[in-house]
Amino acid sequence: MTGFIYPNEVEINWGLFIVLYPYLTGLVAGAFIVSSLYHVFGVTKLKPVSRLALISALAVLLVAPMALTSHLGKPLRAFNLMWTPNPMSAMAGFGYIYSFYLIIVLLEIWFMYRKDLVEWAATKEGWLGKVYNILTLGAKDISEKALHTDHKIVTFLAILGIPSAAFLHGYVGFIFGAIKANPWWSTPLMPVIFLLSAIVSGVALLIVIYAVTCKIRGKKIDFDCLMTMNKYLWVFLIFAFVLEVLEVIHMAYEAEEEWPAVKGLITSVIPFSYFVVQLGEMVLAFFLLLVARFRSIPKATAQFLTILSGVMILISVLAMRFNVVVGGQLVSKSLSGYSKFNWPIWHEGIIPTAGFMVLPFVLLTVLVLLLPPWVGEEEPALKPARRGAFEPEEEESDKPLLQQVWERLAHGLSWSGVRRGD
Amino acid sequence: MKKEISRRAFIVSTCKILAAGVLMPAGGLAVLEKASFAENGSEVTDWRKVWEGKEWGFVVDTHKCIGCARCVKACKQENHVPLDKEVYRTWVERYRETALGVEIDSPNGGLDFPPLEETTGKQFFVPKLCNQCKNAPCVQVCPVGATYRTGDGVILVDDKRCVGCRYCIQACPYGARFLHPETHVADKCTWCYHRVMKGMEPACVTVCPVGARKFGNLNEHSEVREIIETERVRGLKPEKGTKPMVFYIGLDEVVM
Repeated sequence: MTGFIYPNEVEINWGLFIVLYPYLTGLVAGAFIVSSLYHVFGVTKLKPVSRLALISALAVLLVAPMALTSHLGKPLRAFNLMWTPNPMSAMAGFGYIYSFYLIIVLLEIWFMYRKDLVEWAATKEGWLGKVYNILTLGAKDISEKALHTDHKIVTFLAILGIPSAAFLHGYVGFIFGAIKANPWWSTPLMPVIFLLSAIVSGVALLIVIYAVTCKIRGKKIDFDCLMTMNKYLWVFLIFAFVLEVLEVIHMAYEAEEEWPAVKGLITSVIPFSYFVVQLGEMVLAFFLLLVARFRSIPKATAQFLTILSGVMILISVLAMRFNVVVGGQLVSKSLSGYSKFNWPIWHEGIIPTAGFMVLPFVLLTVLVLLLPPWVGEEEPALKPARRGAFEPEEEESDKPLLQQVWERLAHGLSWSGVRRGD
Repeated sequence: MKKEISRRAFIVSTCKILAAGVLMPAGGLAVLEKASFAENGSEVTDWRKVWEGKEWGFVVDTHKCIGCARCVKACKQENHVPLDKEVYRTWVERYRETALGVEIDSPNGGLDFPPLEETTGKQFFVPKLCNQCKNAPCVQVCPVGATYRTGDGVILVDDKRCVGCRYCIQACPYGARFLHPETHVADKCTWCYHRVMKGMEPACVTVCPVGARKFGNLNEHSEVREIIETERVRGLKPEKGTKPMVFYIGLDEVVM
């Protein structure tokens, strides 16, 4: 604590879980938009990640409300938001918007996988086959006509999903931006800033997930696909950076009564996480992504730079969420001092927060094993028709350990087996 | 043998299951609701009658306050706010003008003020409490409608409905709200509504030894109304558009 804060401001009311929530929904919105770039805007180079994007979005989406609910003083009353909403509250729409979006994502995934589900249900043995059978929900028509309808529905859901994803996250920005009591939050730019940083973080997440899954599976990274994500990340990064800086420059230039307090916040309370981690990493990533696209750069270096930028952006956006959520509360509403954030360990602290950050990846692993999303690779694997039978077993021993484990895990769920039937 | 279910039978049974799923918890809730009404005494108060002709107002005379913080202590005791926790329904701030600028403090809400020192500069105390704003941001943002403004102008929190999201705490420009450390729901000054309902004054008003805090009905001929009509008063942070109902006499420009 420095200067004067109101006596009730000793406690930081919105802690790490609330930092996490906009971070997670941001990743969801961004990942969804990548999948829509393929399904709606026909960016075919993104095909290898189109399903992975949607599955990742679902994995993160399922965890997001856990962080939020755990933060409540009365978590068991969470559903009051849906039973007795106050229509004037910016927060009351949360349950509906979230549920609506979740339904869209689930439906899109279901229609996208329906054909595969039917095939898996027919070919897989034991309980796994039963699980797939249940997942088909009894809709087993995979005639050309039915699949065509599926495709149309997926496209429609992807289109509907774009404004929904934008709304889900822009809305989170509004929750902060509409608080006139807080000078660091209160700006109409907030929803847009949140949305752009969301897209940026979502693309970065996909770059990293794609690279990591390729590494684990011992597959080659599709260079065109990665570079397409590089391009989109770079473009959205420019917009995100400009808006984030614009907000502060505008505040500094107008220099109203709250500016000295905000200036003190970014220059002496959170200078490292603001200027170095949030903004510095964005600038650095901007250059690295650009350099990676130079013709003279070797492919391996270009890949490395793109993935590195992805990781940097993921950290940068997390810092941005922290700087907004916690940073905003550090400025006393008396504009005369700053509260102190004591990093808690257990109660809404670092350890459960880390848990909520790992959980989406656990879910993602389960989902990926259950619903393999590697679409781009299916066609070439199909060409040498019944090749699966000739796969020499001993080949495995040359593969890296992680890959062996992965393949062992994926064996029971292997999608290539389906093709033997037809 | 495959058992065929007709579409009609399927729809009917689905509807039955759905209806059962909805009605059973609803019925349970209704029973619980009744039980909770019974607990609170079966009489249903006609609040419109209670509120009729009343609009409460509060006046703070900063010239009079001596910073004894009896109000802070009385408030905590009256309203079950833990004395050892840094949460306050009301508090007292001290302003001292020095060569370096204005120094503000409120150690432990004013309970731990050190004895005053002689200075040449201006120094004064400002008691703070919930402003029961006419246009209250806390009421606006509450996602579940747990916080509301009564017909006679006091903002209350329904502790059975509050989910503890703390959006209201963020929205209050005055720092008047906090999460109660024991109940885990939002809490704040109610101008001692429970006392006012019994015809008493808020605890802080009663204990103030110098009469710096005044409370009364603005719709009747009261001291509070007379002060507002005859003296130069203002509320805190008028630029926020909240229309605060605590009126300060002698409020200095530096007070935020």
